[in-house]
Amino acid sequence: MADDKLQSAKTIDVRYVANLARLNLTSDEAVQFQSQLDHIVDHFNQLRSLNVDGVEPMAHATPIQNVFRDDIVYPGLDRDVVLNNAPAQSGGLILVPTIVE
Amino acid sequence: MLNTLTLHEVLESLNRGECRSEDVVGSVLEAIHRTDGMLHGYLTVNEADAMSQAKAADLARSGGAKGRLLGVPIAIKDVLNVKGQPCTCGSKILKGYVSPYDATAIARLRAEGAVFLGRTNMDEFAMGSTTENSAYGITRNPWNLGCVPGGSSGGSAAVVAADEAIAALGSDTGGSVRQPASFCGCVGLKPTYGWISRYGLTAFASSLDQIGPMTKDVRDAALLLQIMAGQDPADSTTIHASVPDYQAALKTDLRGITVGLPKEYFVGGLHPDVERRVQEAIEVCRQAGARVVEVSLPHTRVAVDTYYIIAPAEASANLSRFDGVRYGFRAEGALDPLDLYKKTRAEGFGPEVKRRIILGTYVLSSGYYDAFYLRAQKVRTLIRRDFEAAFKQCSVMLSPVSPTPAYRIGENSTDPLQMYLGDIFTVPVNLAGICGLSVPCGFAAGNLPVGLQVMGPALGEESILRVGYAYEQATNWRCRRPEMTRANSRQGVGV
Amino acid sequence: MTKYRITIGLEVHVQLKTKSKMFCSCSTDFGASPNTHVCPVCMGYPGSLPVMNREAIRWTVISGLMLGCRINPCSKFDRKNYFYPDMPKNYQITQCDQPLCLGGGVDIEVEGQSKRIGITRIHQEEDVAKNLHYATWSGIDFNRAGVPLMEIVSEPDMTSPGEALAYLQTLRQILVYAGVSDCSMEEGNMRCDVNVSIRPDAQREFGTKVEIKNMNSFKNIGNALHYEIARQIEEVDRGENIIQETRRWDVDLGKTFSMRTKEDAHDYRYFPEPDLMPVALPESLLAEWAATLPERPAQRRERFVREYGLPEYDAQVLSAEKEVGDYFEAAARRSRNPKAVSNWVMTDVLRILSEKGIAITAFAITPDALAELVDLADSKVINSNTARDVFAIMLNGGRQAKAIVTAGGLAQVTDAGAIEAIVDQAIAENRKSSEDFRNGKVVALKFLVGQVMRLSKGKANPQIVEEWLKKKLSN
Repeated sequence: MADDKLQSAKTIDVRYVANLARLNLTSDEAVQFQSQLDHIVDHFNQLRSLNVDGVEPMAHATPIQNVFRDDIVYPGLDRDVVLNNAPAQSGGLILVPTIVE
Repeated sequence: MLNTLTLHEVLESLNRGECRSEDVVGSVLEAIHRTDGMLHGYLTVNEADAMSQAKAADLARSGGAKGRLLGVPIAIKDVLNVKGQPCTCGSKILKGYVSPYDATAIARLRAEGAVFLGRTNMDEFAMGSTTENSAYGITRNPWNLGCVPGGSSGGSAAVVAADEAIAALGSDTGGSVRQPASFCGCVGLKPTYGWISRYGLTAFASSLDQIGPMTKDVRDAALLLQIMAGQDPADSTTIHASVPDYQAALKTDLRGITVGLPKEYFVGGLHPDVERRVQEAIEVCRQAGARVVEVSLPHTRVAVDTYYIIAPAEASANLSRFDGVRYGFRAEGALDPLDLYKKTRAEGFGPEVKRRIILGTYVLSSGYYDAFYLRAQKVRTLIRRDFEAAFKQCSVMLSPVSPTPAYRIGENSTDPLQMYLGDIFTVPVNLAGICGLSVPCGFAAGNLPVGLQVMGPALGEESILRVGYAYEQATNWRCRRPEMTRANSRQGVGV
Repeated sequence: MTKYRITIGLEVHVQLKTKSKMFCSCSTDFGASPNTHVCPVCMGYPGSLPVMNREAIRWTVISGLMLGCRINPCSKFDRKNYFYPDMPKNYQITQCDQPLCLGGGVDIEVEGQSKRIGITRIHQEEDVAKNLHYATWSGIDFNRAGVPLMEIVSEPDMTSPGEALAYLQTLRQILVYAGVSDCSMEEGNMRCDVNVSIRPDAQREFGTKVEIKNMNSFKNIGNALHYEIARQIEEVDRGENIIQETRRWDVDLGKTFSMRTKEDAHDYRYFPEPDLMPVALPESLLAEWAATLPERPAQRRERFVREYGLPEYDAQVLSAEKEVGDYFEAAARRSRNPKAVSNWVMTDVLRILSEKGIAITAFAITPDALAELVDLADSKVINSNTARDVFAIMLNGGRQAKAIVTAGGLAQVTDAGAIEAIVDQAIAENRKSSEDFRNGKVVALKFLVGQVMRLSKGKANPQIVEEWLKKKLSN
């Protein structure tokens, strides 16, 4: 299935992906990135020739498991500190333009 | 002059009462005044704060305090959270952000009395190999002002090389400590993944990032590693193991050590001077008693592709938090949150960051995940196995750090792929999660430094420090200073 | 007779009752001033890293065990990537392909029919912040961001709104029993999304499913389901296709509305969370946790019948809420007559709780005290009327039953001589009624008993009084 999509897609849909990543692109950027990224992705094709049957993905560099912390409350940040970093705030809340649900 | 001393020399001097921290910090600040206008290694310097920290340290020392870094100024790459300081990561999108907390590594240095005197320039969000991707201007290589210092920790490398710092911290995801160290002729260490806590290190690629010391000699790197290393409850990926005595590992003789040369790292394409310097270095190690063997890392040729799939993928998620909502830069005139995100991120990120976010988002996206990200993680296992097998035949491996010495400013800016391919010798170390050290090993034409990479297995820092130290002590590259800092040089000025 | 089959699946999110958040040590306390329980981790500050709360994992495992799930020997976390103002990192740490619990189910009863509703999986994730909406701005409070959530996904086994509600009630009951959460939809610590589809009776494959969000009570879930099913039937009847989408329940208009927006592309780009290590709980730890499992409601029901000889009905009522069952048991263990305790709890105690709108944990009479009262009545030291009076006094004053009885001299008079004397007095003072009874008027007896009771200030034992009257008036 994945390979079908690779076969048919000769290029990245840069605008679609930029939208997923919440990035506005100028037309110049879209054009420039298109060719640069297609070139890079094309290079990645050499990975496809490798045999990875039965190989586990390397999720972590260290074989540790079950790393937990105790359920204890510790003080966090002072609200002033948080609000001072916020670009817009009022009444203790961080503000954004209205969310339409 | 005090600013030209190494960290251990400064400590000895302070401990013997030969100078005060105030003098050391003052000397460093003077050097910054003299030369940073040309280099632009620092983004911010906290003069007043640094001096008051220095005075406090002097007072504490006279009162019997014994911090292992008491009163010593350290420069910090602008990617690490230091409470009360800015942390721009070389990006416009973090303009105005003030860290409300110390990174664990910073806290450990602070607990030993270190003084944090300034923040160094870097490629934006650690994405780059030249520090040309900073939103705050480029940094120049002190050895040749028309060349780059390397990246992404170019600022830290430049200030250490120019004696504008006693020592510095950088971060390394695909070579960002080792490569600038090699371009600038200083020492750079990337510890084993999970050995220094990443809590407080602004994340680029979570499974690859590590903080690393950048210093004037190997002993200094060992000292800083000693203090920062070890398990941290705030970072679930840190290793539970006791921290050995790294100073004790520093020996000048290499008898009993087998050094491996990965044949795939010595194929054509190396700059001839790089090849020559590295071969000479290997010979020095032989003279010091090391046995040299050839080993193989068969998956070397796919390491860059593997890296440039995994790192951008993780980065694309790690950088999603930069959205103008809770801190940093927020674009004006947004009508709704969607608009806010798109405008803020368009204006706040530079082109390389955008490229990598798009690339990373793409390789994770539906229909492409298996072919790219998943496949790359499997190849990563193969790369790691290569190293495990090779380390059965040797205790460390030697290689160049970079195929070339420092590029000219502007040389590589049109072809990102070309730039990426320059990381061929450094990214495998991050992918495998092992440790690597860059040690100056001479110069190429144009008086540009060349670095020798010493690679070790996971938690093999004692071995790489030993080999690096022995090599370093058998040569004296570390005594050379860049032309532009001649006024500061040790030659002609008593210490 | 419907010509369509209905398929319903539920996704229930439950906030766990841990003290600290899922990935950081901030307090989970409800109702604090905005943005006062935050830290670099739950605010998504640069450089922050998550660390798992062991207690949250334990609660999820306990819930899984209570619901008959098997615990996944290897479990991990993933990043779910999407942008929204209530998301501090614009990715949520959740579990995609290796959740903590798999399988399991819940037995429900609807209109006398038993049915098992399967559970597909239970996984752990972090809650999002809270958005408050104003005219030109929305305000975000990050106190809730990072609170541990458990998501329980049912199999699409339900075929009616009634079954869906029964599933929710039963699920809730089990989770409250486990102490995992308060499970209050009104307080927002339990949320439910619904998936519903219809298909023609003869069709084998499920129809297109529609997701419904924004129902904040069981009642609303029921109403939303009824509306949506009717809407889908109407559409299909008209020959329209059902569009796969998410719809929003509008409680004021009583309808569901499409939520389709320009941000359709929900490509979550799941990938394994690199900052967290896998969870492979050793058998010994699972056994340790399993040993702390509270009894399930069904088990308690059976046990009440068995141990205390209660009828099914009583057992059902008393085990409906864990704390009521706890109260009953504490009292029953102290009493000679558990059935009598059951009667008192089911009628008088529950009635007072309902009237005062309080929980049994706030009830003025302790189980021990109730047991004492019950035993006094059971051993006929006081009669049932007196018992009610004493109960009322205990409610207000909190004194013990025995003390109240002694102080008020409320003990029943059982001494034969004393009663006889009062009986004689009553007969003497009520000659007409006495005559009436002698002549066969049964109702006169009741009157006379009442008179004796009045003369004895309610303290005579009514049964003994009745016996004496009959004896005296039957010659």
